[in-house]
This record gives sequence, C-alpha cells and structure tokens, in this order.
Amino acid sequence: MAAQENALNDPIIICEDVHKWFDDFHVLKGITTSFQKGERAVICGPSGSGKSTFIRTLNRLEEHQRGTIIIDGVELTDDLRNINLIRQEVGMVFQQFNLFPHLTNLENITLGPIRVRKLTKTEAEEIALSLLERVNIADQAYKYPAEISGGQQQRVAIARALAMEPKIMLFDEPTSALDPEMISEVLDVMRELAHSGMTMLVVTHEMGFAREVADRIMFFAEGVVIEEAAPADFFDNPQHERTKLFISQTLQH
Amino acid sequence: MENNSPTAASGKIPFWRDVRVLRILFQVIFLLGVILLLTLLYTNMLKGLRGLGLTLNLNFLQDEAGFGISEGIAYNPSDTYFKAFWVGVLNTLKVSIIGIVCATLMGLFFGIARLSSNWLIRTIAAAYVECFRNVPLLLQILFWYTAVVGQLPKVRESISVFGGAFINNRGIYLPSPEPASGLNTWLWFLGAGLLLAVILYIVRWRQLQQLDRPGFRAKWALPAFLIVAFCGWFLTPGRPFTLDLPALQGFNYQGGMRFTPEFSALLVALSIYTSAFIAEIVRSGIQSVVKGQREAARAVGLKEGQTLRLVILPQAIPIIVPPLTSQYLNLAKNSSLAVAIGFPDLVSVGNTMMTQTGQAIPVFAMIMVSYLIISLTTSAAMNWYNSWITRIGR
Repeated sequence: MAAQENALNDPIIICEDVHKWFDDFHVLKGITTSFQKGERAVICGPSGSGKSTFIRTLNRLEEHQRGTIIIDGVELTDDLRNINLIRQEVGMVFQQFNLFPHLTNLENITLGPIRVRKLTKTEAEEIALSLLERVNIADQAYKYPAEISGGQQQRVAIARALAMEPKIMLFDEPTSALDPEMISEVLDVMRELAHSGMTMLVVTHEMGFAREVADRIMFFAEGVVIEEAAPADFFDNPQHERTKLFISQTLQH
Repeated sequence: MENNSPTAASGKIPFWRDVRVLRILFQVIFLLGVILLLTLLYTNMLKGLRGLGLTLNLNFLQDEAGFGISEGIAYNPSDTYFKAFWVGVLNTLKVSIIGIVCATLMGLFFGIARLSSNWLIRTIAAAYVECFRNVPLLLQILFWYTAVVGQLPKVRESISVFGGAFINNRGIYLPSPEPASGLNTWLWFLGAGLLLAVILYIVRWRQLQQLDRPGFRAKWALPAFLIVAFCGWFLTPGRPFTLDLPALQGFNYQGGMRFTPEFSALLVALSIYTSAFIAEIVRSGIQSVVKGQREAARAVGLKEGQTLRLVILPQAIPIIVPPLTSQYLNLAKNSSLAVAIGFPDLVSVGNTMMTQTGQAIPVFAMIMVSYLIISLTTSAAMNWYNSWITRIGR
C-alpha cells in the first residue's frame, strides 16, 4: 500500500495518451499510465500487442507520434539534449543482448562510463569489475562476448546498462533468446536487482518471475492496456476474457 | 560375430580404404598431372618458336626501341626497349594510384549517401551507382574520351580557371610548384615544426595517460606543425616555391603540369566506374552491422558520431576491406583498356614492343609479371591495413 501512495506522490515515468504508428499500422493506441520510483512492473501480452514498442518509446529507440512522455521530470521531445539526458538515466536490456562483439566484456561495460559519463579508465574498470562480480561472472571480464554462453552474455548486458547508474531499467524480453537452463541465472540477477530498489519495467513471458517480483502486471493487447493489477489479482481474478485466455494459455506449460 | 564388426578392424585397414593414405595419394597424382601438363605446354611452345626461328631470351630489351611514347617520364625513341617498358609501367601506376584514391573518396561519399535519411540524396546516390556500374567500362572510357574531353574547346578558346589553369582539347594545364631560393630556409622551419610536433605528441600522450582517458594524441601536435609551417612560409626571405604557370606560347600552352586528354578520360572513367562498386561495398558493409548494435549504443547514451566511430565502423571496416581490395585490383587491371584511346600504359607499350620485335612470349610474361607485382603489393598493403584496423578496434 505504501507503494501505491508513492505512485501518487513520486512518479518517475508519466505517459499521457501515447500513440505510435508504423506507417498505417496503429501500434500504440493511447497509453496513459505512470510508474513510481522503485516500482517493478511486468508487461505481458501476445506478440504484436505493442508491449516492446511501448518500452522502446521510453528511451526514444522508437518515436511516439502523439501524447507526452515525461521521464524523471524531462519530457521526451525532438530535443537532442533531452533525449541524451534521458538515455543516460534509462538503461536497457535487449532480447538479443546486443553486446559489441569487437570489445571484451569489460570494454563493453566501460564504453558508456568512459565516453558518456566521462569517468577515467580506472574508475570505469573498477565499476565494471564490481558489476561483473554482482552478476557472478567476474572471471569472464577479459573474454569476448562470442566466447561466453547466452546467459552470461545477457548478464554482461545487464552490467553494461547498470554501469551508467540508471534510475530506470527496461528489459525487452531478456530471457526469450536463451536456452531453458540459462533462463534462471538471468532471472536471479534481475530478482536481486528488483530487491535493491531499482525501478524496473520488464517485458517478459516468465509468469513465475512476474508473480514473484512484480508490483503490477500490465496486460497489452492490440496497442492498449486491457488490464493492470497486482500479481495476485491478475492471475487469480482476471477481469477480461482476453486476459483469462492469455493466462490459461501461458500457465498450461 | 564380433570379429566381423567394422570397429574390430582397427589397426589393419587396407590402403585403398585408409583415409590417411588416400589423402596423400590424391595429392601426388594431382601434382604429377600438373607437371605433365606444364611440360607438354612448354615443349610444344619451344617447338613452335623453333618453327618461327625465335629463341627465348630477353636480349632484345637492350636494343633501341625506335618508337615514340606520347607521355610519361623523360624518354626518346633512341632509348632501349626496357626503358620504353618502364615508361608504360609508370604510366599504369600513375593512373591506378590516382584512380584508386579518387574512386575511394567518391565511393565512400556515394555509399554513405545511399544510406541517407534524405530522400533526394539517397535517390541521386542510387541513380549514380546504377548508371555507372551497369554500363561496360570500355564504353564509358570511349564516352569520356570522345564525347566529353574531345569536345573541349580549341587551344585558342581554352577555358581558363582563375587565369592559372587552362582546359582545352589538348589537355588540362595546371600550375606546378617549382623549388625557389627560400626552400632551404623553409625546410629548416619544417624540421623545427616536426620536432615541436613530436614533443607535443609525447606530452599529450603522457597527459592522456595521467588523465586516464581515451583521446586524440595528435590534438596539439598537428595544429602546432601546421602553424609553424604556415608562419615559416611567410617569414622565409624569398618564397620556398614559385608557381610555374602554364602560358600560351605559339600553338600550345607551355609550363605547369599537363594532364593529356587520354589520361584525363581514362582517369575519370576508371574512378567513376570503380566508385560505383565501392559505394555498394561501403553501403553493404555498414548495413551488415545489425540494427541492434546501433540501438545498444544509443541506449548506453553514445552520441551519433560516437556510435559510428566506436561501434559501427570497427565492425564494418573488416567487412568492407576484402571486397574493396578486389576493386583496387580491378581498377589497376582495367587500366589496360587504355589501349582503346591510345594512352601509353603497360599493355599499350607492350603491344608495340611485340609487333616490332616478334617476342610475344617474353613481353607477355613481362606484362603479366608486372600486373602480378602490382596486384600482390596492393593485396599485401590492404591485408596489413585490415589486420591493423581490426586490432585498433579492440
């Protein structure tokens, strides 16, 4: 309940009537919502529902065409200064990891701190090594991404995002490209991050993770939020037919 | 029963089933075949030559050539065949090297332009590439020679560029720098500037190490050198160089540098034709870096320039360089089409030598070896560049 009150007092992300079109295709049809500091939201829904597009508009990897998005008091507009400011505060983890293959794992992590936060190499490497420690792969620092497993790569990618000391972390289906036995090692890291108080928006199909970690689950379908609720209500007492169908299908296996 | 299973046979494989033996056997047979074929060709050639009353030697290279060459280094018909051939080699190298530089710059420009978000730029670049890479090169050379360079005004009606350069149907005349009295003094300035630059480079390097940050090491050295060179130019009593301006004397321009119509047409055609291919190589190289790389770079907060320099190019360049090398080799070899418009390149001079001496085989061999050397040197240089840039990227 404390979290609910916080939401009213201290939203870090505010979305007002956000619309997005890909040519003629209306992907986001007016998303209005807000997220408070420290909130952990899981976003789920069928593919093509706009859930990935939605979190990608939050750091301007996609432009929204109507409505307003305000991140930590800064509005996302065509102003490059605002975009750069927001990208420094919002970390992102991708489905395909997107590590830089020509850099070592350590260099992948230090690139942003050195080039954007203007830290010294030594400072950046200290941060990177402690983050690799935190995601349990300190021994892989000097290898290249191609030399480690998918689960390890995704953990490097999480460390890379955290190295920018973001206030918000976006996860775009972080475990969808992983072999089953590697999913848990990534979810463990995300769980630890959630308990540390990070604001997290997670697009995922991992319903176990959602039930355990999320403060709120948002269900997207055809570009709108059909239903949002705390995990207990969402899974045990879904309101909409579409949600019920989705839950029954995902929980079957 | 167990003795009959294939695994039990290990240790005593008959040789016609033994992969290790077969591997060597096939190579020996192939090698013998090649040797046999070459021997056959060689004896056949000797037989043919004997029939014509010719022998295989290079003595004719010492003979007087007796034919003129329209352009190139200092040469006159009383020089040897070897000297004549050397003029051809240098002409080929000249058009190839300048052509490679021009083609690379133009190719880079149009390749990047094809990826522009601006519709007009993108479309013009696409039209350029499609026009020039789909028309045969020989046709393009003839076009530039007859329809463009050949249509330039007569000497008396030359197009003048700022009164210093002249363009007419006999060629392009540019001012050329000639060493003058002040050159020695100015070289001292250059030496001092270089010394200063080296010192500043080291100072900056150590500063970057102290700052513990990446940065441009020549940030101070480069401008310092340029400033010293520039100031030295004006402080030197008497100018280091004077400009030799082309001037109309009698029926033609004298002095300065001259690019003949043949050279100009060949250079333009080769550069444009090859740049269309290079543009495609550059475009595909940049596009081969997956979209996620650019997104990840943005998500980390890198600016567009940093994204290109630190993430996209280090991955694109190793992909671009091998096919780029092929285009360089193509350009050097395509320059042999110079024969069509009478530019005295390697092949053109070689042809004349063959008809005059009848020594077709040695001259052919010399031409082939020359191209081989040019190509292998280019390849080696590009391979070195590729391994260097890949290491830098890491």
